[in-house]
Amino acid sequence: MTIRTQVIPDSGVKTSVPALEPLLVEIHEEGRAGRHVRGGEEADAQIPAAFRRKAPLGLPELTEPQVVRHFTHLAQLNYSVDTGMYPLGSCTMKYSPKINDRVASLFADLHPTQPQSTVQGALTLLADLEVMLAKLTGMDAVTLQPAAGAQAEFTAILMFKAYHQKRGEGAKRRRVIVPDTAHGTNPASAAMCGFEVTTVKSDAHGNIDLASLKAALRDDVVGLMLTNPNTLGLFEERLREVCDAVHAVGGLVYGDGANMNALLGVARPGDLGFDCIHINVHKTFSTPHGAGGPGAGPLCVKEPLRAFLPKPWIVRDDQGRFHLDTARDDQPPAGLGDSIGRVRTFLGNFGVLVRAYTYMRTLGEEGLVEASNDAILAANYLLAQLRDSYDVAFDRPCMHEFVLSATRQKKLGVSALDVGKALIDEGFHPPTVYFPLVVPEALMIEPTETEPRETLDAFAAAMIRIAERAKTDPASVKAAPKNAPLARLDEVHAARNPTLKWQRPT
Amino acid sequence: MNKNPYSSHTDADRAAMLERVGIKSVDDLLTAIPKDALRPKLGLPTGMSELEIQAHLESLAAKNRTAGAGPFFLGGPVQRRYIPAAVPVLALRGEFLTAYTPYQPEVSQGTLQSIFEYQSLIAELLAMDVANSSMYEGGSAVAEAAFMAVRSTGRKKVVMASEVYFEFRRTVHTYAKGPDLEIVEVPARELASAAEGAACLIVQHPDAFGGLVDVRRIADAAHAAGALCIQVTEPHANALLEPPGALGVDIAVGEGQPLGIPMSFGGPYLGILACRTALVRQMPGRVVGETHDARGMRGFVNTLQTREQHIRREKATSNICTNEAIAAITAAVYLALMGPQGLGAAARLGVAKAHALAHRLAALPGCSVSTEGDFFDRFALRVPRLAAGREGSGFALRNALLVGDVLVEATAAHYGDRDDLIIQCTEMTADAEMDALVAAIESIAASARETVSTAR
Repeated sequence: MTIRTQVIPDSGVKTSVPALEPLLVEIHEEGRAGRHVRGGEEADAQIPAAFRRKAPLGLPELTEPQVVRHFTHLAQLNYSVDTGMYPLGSCTMKYSPKINDRVASLFADLHPTQPQSTVQGALTLLADLEVMLAKLTGMDAVTLQPAAGAQAEFTAILMFKAYHQKRGEGAKRRRVIVPDTAHGTNPASAAMCGFEVTTVKSDAHGNIDLASLKAALRDDVVGLMLTNPNTLGLFEERLREVCDAVHAVGGLVYGDGANMNALLGVARPGDLGFDCIHINVHKTFSTPHGAGGPGAGPLCVKEPLRAFLPKPWIVRDDQGRFHLDTARDDQPPAGLGDSIGRVRTFLGNFGVLVRAYTYMRTLGEEGLVEASNDAILAANYLLAQLRDSYDVAFDRPCMHEFVLSATRQKKLGVSALDVGKALIDEGFHPPTVYFPLVVPEALMIEPTETEPRETLDAFAAAMIRIAERAKTDPASVKAAPKNAPLARLDEVHAARNPTLKWQRPT
Repeated sequence: MNKNPYSSHTDADRAAMLERVGIKSVDDLLTAIPKDALRPKLGLPTGMSELEIQAHLESLAAKNRTAGAGPFFLGGPVQRRYIPAAVPVLALRGEFLTAYTPYQPEVSQGTLQSIFEYQSLIAELLAMDVANSSMYEGGSAVAEAAFMAVRSTGRKKVVMASEVYFEFRRTVHTYAKGPDLEIVEVPARELASAAEGAACLIVQHPDAFGGLVDVRRIADAAHAAGALCIQVTEPHANALLEPPGALGVDIAVGEGQPLGIPMSFGGPYLGILACRTALVRQMPGRVVGETHDARGMRGFVNTLQTREQHIRREKATSNICTNEAIAAITAAVYLALMGPQGLGAAARLGVAKAHALAHRLAALPGCSVSTEGDFFDRFALRVPRLAAGREGSGFALRNALLVGDVLVEATAAHYGDRDDLIIQCTEMTADAEMDALVAAIESIAASARETVSTAR
C-alpha cells in the first residue's frame, strides 16, 4: 500500500486528539482571511434589522495557503481509480478519461434557464446523446433527467404507476417484484411509489427462480425490477420466459442497468424483453464517481411508455433547431399530458452527460464493443485464477464481474471483510463485500476493461496470498490493514454516539 | 491496435487471457444470451481521436452564448457567482474525483473528513443541528424534506407557498405522486392559516421574487398545528439574514450550486438538507460521523446507515444512493476559502447592486418594483408592455428574455398572474451590465409602440 500515513506534526494546531489531519476549525484563527471578494458594506443598511443575522457567522477563518495544504493532505488519504485498481463489484470503476473533464468545462458558464436560441449547442449534444442511448439499448425514447440510477428507478416506477392508471388498473396494481439479488435501491424506489414489495428468491444456478416468480405473479403486479446481468455477474438464463411471464399478467419489466458494461454491443435490453432500462453513466460511460456522486441515470423506454416520460422533452423542429417542449408545462396538469412531470429542478446532470457523450463518441461503436468484450474477458480471467483459492458462488461463466465466497476462510476465522482489509495492505481497494445478500461472505469483484493484465495478475496473486495466510496466520489477516492511513474504524461507536459535525475547540 | 483507447490490453494479452480461461473467443462465454439477440449492430458513429473530439465539442460549445458573453441577470436557484481559483484545483483532484462512495473508511478518509467538514460548515451557516452529506439538487431536496415531514407526522397533506421556485414546486408535485400526497399551494401570507392537518408548511425565504418573509410566524403556526416548518433557503443569504435554525425551522433545504459550483446548464448541483436532531433518523441519504480507529486515532465513517436503502431496502427513508459528494466537497472548499468575510462580502455585493439597480429602474416611466415588502439580492420589476413578444426558455419554464442583448428573466403564468421581470444580482454583476439593463428597459418604457425584441 503506497498511501502515506500522515500524523499531523506538533505544530501548535488546536486538536487534542491524535489525527491524520486537523479539522478546518482546528486551524482557524480569528483575523485570518483571504481576499477573494470584498466590498458591499452599504448592503447592511438595506436589510431591515428584524431580518438580520444576530449570531456571528462562525465559519473558520483561514488563508488560502492553509486551505490548499489541508485539502491536498486530505486528498492524499484517499484511494481512487487514479491511484490504483478499484475492483468494487457492481460499481464499474473503470478509468475516467481526462479529456471528458476538460470538454465539460466548455459548458460550465451556461445558466439552465437561458433562452433556447442561446443554448443550441448544449441541446444538440443532449438530443444526440438520447439517440445514441436509444440505439445502444434498443429502446425508443430517453429521458436524461434522473440524477442517478436510483432516481431513474423512481422515475420509471412512477411512470409504471401512471401507465397502469391510464389503463384503469391503477387501483388494483399494488405490488412490485424484486429478486433477492437486487440492489437495495430497487425495493426502496418501489416503496417510495407507495407499492408493496414482493421478494423472489434465486435458483441453484443464480437465476431468478422461475417457479417462485410465477407463483408471485397475479394481476395486482405493477412490474418486475430486474438487473441483467444480475448482481452475481450472471446473465439470466431464462430471461425471455421471465419477461413473458410478467407481461402475461399485465406487468412491466424494469431493467436496472447497473451492469450495462457487460452488454455494449453484446445484446440490447430492448431485444430481450425489457420495457425500459436505466444507464449509470458513472459506471458504463466512465464519468468519475466523485467520491459518491454525481452520477447521471438516463432512462430509456419502449414506445408504450414514451408519453409518461418526465417533461420537458427536447424536440427538434423542421429547421433542425432544438426546443424544449414546455409551451404548456407552465399550466399543469393539462400541459403535462400523460407525463409524470419533472423529477428534478432542471434538465439533468449536464456536466456528467457531456462526459458520457464524449466517452461514447471517442470510443465509437467498435470501441464500446471492445470495452464490454475486454471487461468480460478480464472478469473470467480473474475468476479462473481465483476459483481454487475461494469458493465460487455459482460456477458458470460470468459476465463482467463475479462473486466469490469466503466461506472456506470463514471456517478459519477470516471473514470476507478481513480479506478486503488485507487487500488494502496489498495495495488494492477491496471488492464489494457482503453483497449480494444471497451469497454468504460475498466478495464481488469487477475488474473492468481498463486494468492491464499485469495488474489483474498482481491482484490475483494478492488474493491467493491472503487465502494462504488465512490458513497459516489468520490473526495477521484479521489485523489488517496495517499500511493504510488508519486501522479499522469503530463504526458501532459512530452509530451509538452520533457526532455529525465538529465541536468548536474552546 | 486497440479500438478502445483506454484499454490496456494488447492482442497478445487477450490471447493469453483467453487461453487461461480455456476458450477461443469471448462469445464462448455468452451461451446464456438468446442467439437472435446476440451481437446486434448498434448504428453508432465510429470513434474519434482526442484531438478530433476536442474540436467537435468546441464546435458545439460555440453554438451557445455563455453567461459572461453579455449583460446577464438570470438567477434564482442557480447563480453566476465568483469561484476562487483554488476551488476546482482542490475539489477536482483525481483522488477525490475518481474515488467511489467511501465504503472502506481506512482508505477514504479524504472523502469522509471533507464531507464531515461540509456537514459542519452547512450546519453552522444554517444554524441547524445536522446536515446530511448531500441530495441531488434543490428541487428533490425539497421533496425529500416533505417526505420526512410526512413520515414524522403521519399526515399526507403538504402545504407549500406559491412563492417557492416554480421548478421546486413542480418537482414536489411529481414526487408526491409516489406516496399519493395532497399538495396545497397558497400565497406565503396565507400559509399560517392553512396549517390545520398539514404535515408541513414549506416557505421560501428569500422567496422567488427576492422578498423577505417572516418565517418565524409561519414556523410558530406550523408547530401550533402539529406540523413541521420547512424553509427553502439560499446559501449566501444566510451570511446576512437570520438563519433557519434561529427562526424555528425544522428542516432547511436549498440549492447549493452558488457555493463554488459551475452553472453547467442544469447540473450537477448540490441539494442541501439540514434538520433538527430529533429528525435525524428520518433523514434521507448518507451522513458522516466521527469515530476512532483501533489505535485510537480520530477518523470518520458513514454512519446511521440503518436508515439507508442498502440496509433497510423497502423500509429505507429514501432510495438515494449515489449523491453529489464532489459538489459537497467543492462547497466545503469554497466556504473554507471565502470564510465569513468573503461569503458576507459576496452576499452584500448582490444586495447592494440589486438595491442600486432597483432604485434606477423604478425611476423609469411606468416601471415599479413589484416584490412585496423588502427584498434581498433580486427583485421583481413591473414593466409596461412586457407581454409583447417573448421566448420561452425552457427548463425553468421561466421565460428568459433577451432585451436587446441583456439576458433577463420574466415571470409567467407559473407564478400566478404576475407578469414581471425578475432581476438577480450577485458580486459578479458589473456596472456596465446594469447600465445596459437600464438602457434596455428605458427603451421599452419610453415607447409604448416598441416591442420587446425576441431571440429567435
